[in-house]
This record gives sequence, C-alpha cells and structure tokens, in this order.
Amino acid sequence: MPVSAADVQFVRELLQRRAAIQVDETKEYLIEMRLEQLAREVGIASIPDLVRQARGQKTIETRIVEAMTTHETSFFRDLHPFNLLKKEVLPQLVAARQTTRSLTIWSAACSSGQEAYSLSMLILENFPDLARWPVRIIGTDISEQIVAKAREGKFRQLDVNRGLPATLLVKYFEKIGAEWQLKPIVRSLVDFRQMNLLDTWNMPRPDIVFMRNVLIYFDQITKKNILVKLRGLIPKDGALFLGAAETATTIDDKWDRFANENATYYRVRP
Amino acid sequence: MRALVVDDSRATRTILKRALTAQGFEVFEAGDGRQALEELAKTGPVDLALVDWNMPVMTGYELIREVRARKDMDAMAIMMVTTESEATQVQKALEAGANEYVMKPFTDAVLKEKLILLGLA
Repeated sequence: MPVSAADVQFVRELLQRRAAIQVDETKEYLIEMRLEQLAREVGIASIPDLVRQARGQKTIETRIVEAMTTHETSFFRDLHPFNLLKKEVLPQLVAARQTTRSLTIWSAACSSGQEAYSLSMLILENFPDLARWPVRIIGTDISEQIVAKAREGKFRQLDVNRGLPATLLVKYFEKIGAEWQLKPIVRSLVDFRQMNLLDTWNMPRPDIVFMRNVLIYFDQITKKNILVKLRGLIPKDGALFLGAAETATTIDDKWDRFANENATYYRVRP
Repeated sequence: MRALVVDDSRATRTILKRALTAQGFEVFEAGDGRQALEELAKTGPVDLALVDWNMPVMTGYELIREVRARKDMDAMAIMMVTTESEATQVQKALEAGANEYVMKPFTDAVLKEKLILLGLA
C-alpha cells in the first residue's frame, strides 16, 4: 500500500500535535508499516482511505496516534537496570522509607505492561517484606488500547519467551489455552492507566521512575519540559531510569548521574 | 566460550549454531542425547548446552538428568530449546537441572536475552 507525501505529512503533524513526537524522513517506512496494519485492523481498504477518515474522525485520529506510539517491550528488558534497582536503589529506598512504609514506582510509556510486571516480580522475589507495605507500581501509556491489554496480564508464548527467567514463568504464570496469564499476586501490585505525557500527570509522587526509551521520540523542548516536571515530582532520594542511549544531564543540568552494574540512574541534584 | 547444540533436526542445529557463533561461541553438535554424552566425553564440559526435548535414542530430559548426576559438569549451563510448551514441562525440566527454557519457535533476540540471563552474553 503506497503512502503519499501529503498523507505522511498529515501523520507527522498529527503526531507532533498530539504527542510531541517527531518522525523524521528516515522513519517514514514506519508510518507505512503501522498504518497498513491499522487499516487492516479497522477494516479500511487503504492508507489513503484511512488518512481521509482520520481527517474528520477523532477516533481514527487517536488510533493512528496509538498505532504510531506503541513500542516494543519485553520482560526485564536490558536486564542491567533491574539488577541495579535490586542491588542498590531499592535497598536504599526501603531503608529510607521505614517510617512511611510506602513506595510508588512509575513505569512510563508502559506499552503492554512487561516492564511494570517485571518490577512487580522483582519485588515479590527479592523484597518480600514490601508486600506488606502499600507498594504501587503505576504503568501509564498514551494508548487506551494497549493499557487495556496490559491490564489483562495475558501474554503470548513469544512474549514470555523473551527476557523472562523460566523460574519466574512457572512461578507467576498460568497457561490458559495458548496464552500465559499472570497470577493475581503479580497483578495486585500494578495499576495501569491511560496518560499522555504531554498532559497533566494525574498520579501520586513516584519514588522510582522507569522512563526508558521514551524521551528519544520527543523534540528537545518537550524532553526538557518532561525532565523539569519530573524534578518537581521525584523526591531527592528517588531514582529515574532512562534508556541506555538516553541521558538526563545534557538536557537538564539539575540531575546527578549514578552508574553501577552496567546501568545508570539519575537523582535530582540536592 | 564453548557450546553444545543437541537437536535431532539438522536445520534447528544450523540455526542455533549460527546464532551462537555470532555471540562468539565455539559450537559442537549432537543429534541426540547419547551422541551429546559422547561429544562431551571428547570435548569435556562446555559452558552451555542447548538441548531439545524429544529426540531418538536418548531424550533431552534424560540427557539433563544424566549430566546433572555428574560432578564434573556442574558449572555447565543447560538451556532446553523445545516445542514442549506446557507449564508442567517447564517445571519438570527445571527440576531435572535445566537453567533456562526456550519454547520453539524462537527468534535470535529470544536466545540473546536468555544468554544474558545466564550471564553468557
């Protein structure tokens, strides 16, 4: 299905307006690929027809934004940040929160939920005492559709094959038909909600933020705005995890960088 | 690092060998559990064994039990790579001594992530 220059331009402007996401020329193939898939899903014959309908219908417009912003994820993706969380960040925070005994972790742009559920399993496995605290893991994503999917906690074989230790698969999942369903104990720590990072952040103050491979999609001003907003939200002893190729300090110089276990996290400079 | 690929399908062995070679492994092959033990007798313990479940002569499950009964193979990481995809079978393989489990079909990314979990990539 070919996509015209005018349609590409429409999608680029739409993504910039609704999600502050920039799609440069090298990523035009992605527009074609994702729109082709979406057209099939919603039963529209071609990409030009899809774009024509999006120009008049908010629902189709939203579906295009959702289709373009859904990103790849896997359980314990990149592993190292989870090791750093387990060995350094969480022990420090658990010690520091002995009086308040509550902890909130935010998995931003959580997609189908693997990161949020990995955090839940990591806590259950390594910090069983935390199960008695109010521990909240909040997963947010711009796509209502993907949030609904994440909430179900059902995964395909391909998903549980990826990055998930087999010991955790047998302990925390139940096979139902061809799918693997996460057990209630893992799901009970996680709460998913739809949220656009450009809108008001309607959520409690997170002690730990996983916002990995998210900022890369935004323009410089939006990246800075998000980091400034985060600074006002994360406590001084909290931690921000970004993607391996991302950095906070060059965008907003009010963060300190900490590296260990082949991973990095950031804290608001005191 | 050295790896042994045990699968009765030559095509699967080729795929696994290519993926492991790309990760820097020297790869040996065997077509069933018995051949794997013969190969290990020649090579000595390897760092990693990728083992199919259903094979003629000696199954992957029997091979794992055999290998884990031997002290000299203690440090060898074993990953089952099989079409068997029931939770009970994953559990059974882990109890027999497998360290990781991959359900076929799989991609190179799946293998890479499992190698990372095992500290081998």
